[in-house]
Amino acid sequence: MKPAPFTYHRAGSLAEAAEMAASLDNARLLSGGQSLMAMMNLRYVAVDHLIDLNPVAEIAGITIDGGRVTLGAMTRQRAVLEDAALAACCPIIAEALGFVGHVQTRNRGTVGGSLAHLDPAAELPGLAALLDAEITLTNAGGSRAVAMADYPLGYMTPDINEGEILTSVSFDAWPSGHGWDFREFAQRHGDFAMAGVGSLITLDGDGRIDRAAVVLIGVDDGPARLGDVEDMLTGEPPCDALFAAAAAMAAARPMSGDALVTETYRQHLSGVLVRRSLAQACTRAGEAGHA
Amino acid sequence: MPDALPKRKITLTVNGRDLSAEAEDRYSLADFLRHALGLTGTHLGCEHGVCGACTVLVDGDAVRGCLMLAVQAEGRQVTTIEGLAGDDGTLSPLQQAFMEHHGLQCGFCTPGILTTLTAYLRDHPNADEPELREALSGNICRCTGYDTIVRAALAAADAMRKGATA
Repeated sequence: MKPAPFTYHRAGSLAEAAEMAASLDNARLLSGGQSLMAMMNLRYVAVDHLIDLNPVAEIAGITIDGGRVTLGAMTRQRAVLEDAALAACCPIIAEALGFVGHVQTRNRGTVGGSLAHLDPAAELPGLAALLDAEITLTNAGGSRAVAMADYPLGYMTPDINEGEILTSVSFDAWPSGHGWDFREFAQRHGDFAMAGVGSLITLDGDGRIDRAAVVLIGVDDGPARLGDVEDMLTGEPPCDALFAAAAAMAAARPMSGDALVTETYRQHLSGVLVRRSLAQACTRAGEAGHA
Repeated sequence: MPDALPKRKITLTVNGRDLSAEAEDRYSLADFLRHALGLTGTHLGCEHGVCGACTVLVDGDAVRGCLMLAVQAEGRQVTTIEGLAGDDGTLSPLQQAFMEHHGLQCGFCTPGILTTLTAYLRDHPNADEPELREALSGNICRCTGYDTIVRAALAAADAMRKGATA
């Protein structure tokens, strides 16, 4: 239950971290450490070099510029949860961050760490998928951007090349007055969700669904956008029958089974969560419309 | 036996005292507190971030002592269970409430719960029961069933709102 020996390197800047990542063999980047340190303690992961990004202040922080939101990779999950400006333009983020681990892990855990770890049940990759986010990766030679839709290459396998550092994630806030909901089901609050769902909705002047985005987490190799459900919802007036149809469509997806729950259980649970989430998101969109 | 691993000197402030000791890079903050500094009040349960027994305050924030490296605590202010009572041994309002409301049985999880709640009640002095239960979701207790812990936390919050201090 102790990590195998490694050499610790404190990166003083992004350039220094990139230089270390390019030159050190069998190195891993350390951000909040709330997953990586646990995996090292369990010796699922053994590295020769650990490059600590915690001192790299230039990749921490939240900026909102004309509706474009950028979260620096080293922004603590607690800072995201408690940011008033972010809560005003993207209220689903705080609702989802409340499910990320516990108060102690959110004090250390970061946005970039969660995106790089890419646990199938993680809320932050789910939000990134829901918001059509773009991920920025940097190495000693320069930067590139990857659409979140293309970023997961498989189970816990992000599109990050050797020597690259995830520096930020950015996305457009939905229009003022949109509806939102994030909910999940876990054995204990803060544990890995058996299934979770995020929904974003806008309504048109007639109260019909103008735009919908729905994502499931914890049911597949990575976050699963429900494109078929979104298409089905668009143009329809919100009602219980519509939500039930969406739930049935979501529950018909192939899903993973594991030691905790079977595929059948997860499909049923996902359907229930999708139905309730869409109802709440549409209610909130409706309330905003009448305000 | 393999060669001894290189160590590095770590200097930090623990419970208001400036201390330094040597540790291997792989040492967790919790192991460093226990084995290098002899502060064995911080307990290690699962050592992978689930049980919360090792929770300490770093610059005032509750963190998992098993998921932070000792070397990362260089220059930081750390508060452990040993630092919660007053210098004369007077229990903090939270500790007093745990004693009065039977907020512990075996006591193994208690250091992590008290450090967690110390920070939480400082930041949320008006916390209600659902909020406290959520704040405690990262600390596992296998004795009490949590009810007496929550009762103690509510009593401590009440006492602190009325001006109680350590």
